[in-house]
Amino acid sequence: MPANREPANLADILERILDKGIVITGDIRINLLDIELLTIKLRLMIVSVDTAKQLGIDWWEHDPWLRSSDRELAHENELLRQRLSALEYDRERPPPIEAESEVIDERSAEAEDRW
Amino acid sequence: MARETGVWLYAITPEFDASRLPAVNGVGGAAVRVVEAEGLSAVVASVDLAEFGEEPLRRNFEDPTWLEATARAHDGVIDAVSRLGPTVPVRLATVYHDDDRVRALLEDRYDDFWAALRFVTGRTEWGVKVYADPRAFAESAWSTEASAEGGGSGPGTTYLHLRRAQLSAQQAAEDTVAAHAKDIHAALDRIAVTARLYAPQHPALPEEPGRMILNGAYLVDDGCTDEFASRVDSLAAEHRGVKLELTGPWPAYSFAGAEEEARP
Repeated sequence: MPANREPANLADILERILDKGIVITGDIRINLLDIELLTIKLRLMIVSVDTAKQLGIDWWEHDPWLRSSDRELAHENELLRQRLSALEYDRERPPPIEAESEVIDERSAEAEDRW
Repeated sequence: MARETGVWLYAITPEFDASRLPAVNGVGGAAVRVVEAEGLSAVVASVDLAEFGEEPLRRNFEDPTWLEATARAHDGVIDAVSRLGPTVPVRLATVYHDDDRVRALLEDRYDDFWAALRFVTGRTEWGVKVYADPRAFAESAWSTEASAEGGGSGPGTTYLHLRRAQLSAQQAAEDTVAAHAKDIHAALDRIAVTARLYAPQHPALPEEPGRMILNGAYLVDDGCTDEFASRVDSLAAEHRGVKLELTGPWPAYSFAGAEEEARP
């Protein structure tokens, strides 16, 4: 038997233990479709986790999709609301004097139509 | 209230002396043990359903840190067991209520398990990932084409010529890269008993040059291990601009489906 395997890439492990392996239905069932969908998301990100960890990056700790606790979502909603009201406040103020381009005017006219 | 436990299944093997069981901990740190029936051993560990029950699993699966620890623990047990002899790995998160249910499984799926075990006996899974940077192939093709198309016309026409040359060079580069992948896979497949292709993985960082063009798993007779490994090296030398990475030995994850038979 050859030497021990190098510490494996997480993506290599996951594709093997999620997608493959003998299919047996346990008593406790995980919806396989959920796992398939999850695998797609993981494929897009998990390789990055290995690399990011080496670089000391932990962005997933803050990704609401990954840490979807209500509290964080609420916090994010609050931030978005604040930014929205700041933007609305800006819109109500007259445009800066040297707003020279017509493009800006057209855009705000369009915006008026939609509101 | 008593802690509710379930039985997490790692792998199925022919019955073996449980004292040979490697000292590895499974998911959640639980000690691994063996449940036997019909000459088969199921390698299992008890897990706390508060963490590994259906709902907690669904939640935990979305936590990359938890998932990584669990995936590595699951793989660690199977890897250790597979070094003792033929092993059929079980997919992550296969959980039973108790040992009796596992014994019933060994009885019910007796034929499947033995077929799967026979198929992987004396064989090992190896992974080969191939990387190439299509842009590297495109740039060389593009510069030759662009200079051949030459000047003499207005800037607009020149731009269109250049753009067309660039696009066809990109297409040519993609074709070249695909041809490399196909050749390499065919060469390795000839040595292997059988092969499975996975979707190429996403690049680790977007700015890294090169992308995975082949992600293959190969089931190789243990007698051919050296031949396979040296073929990987020689293929790397034969295909310039392409990088090969050999991973393994893996437990036969990709070839553990009981429906698998040797190809005709």
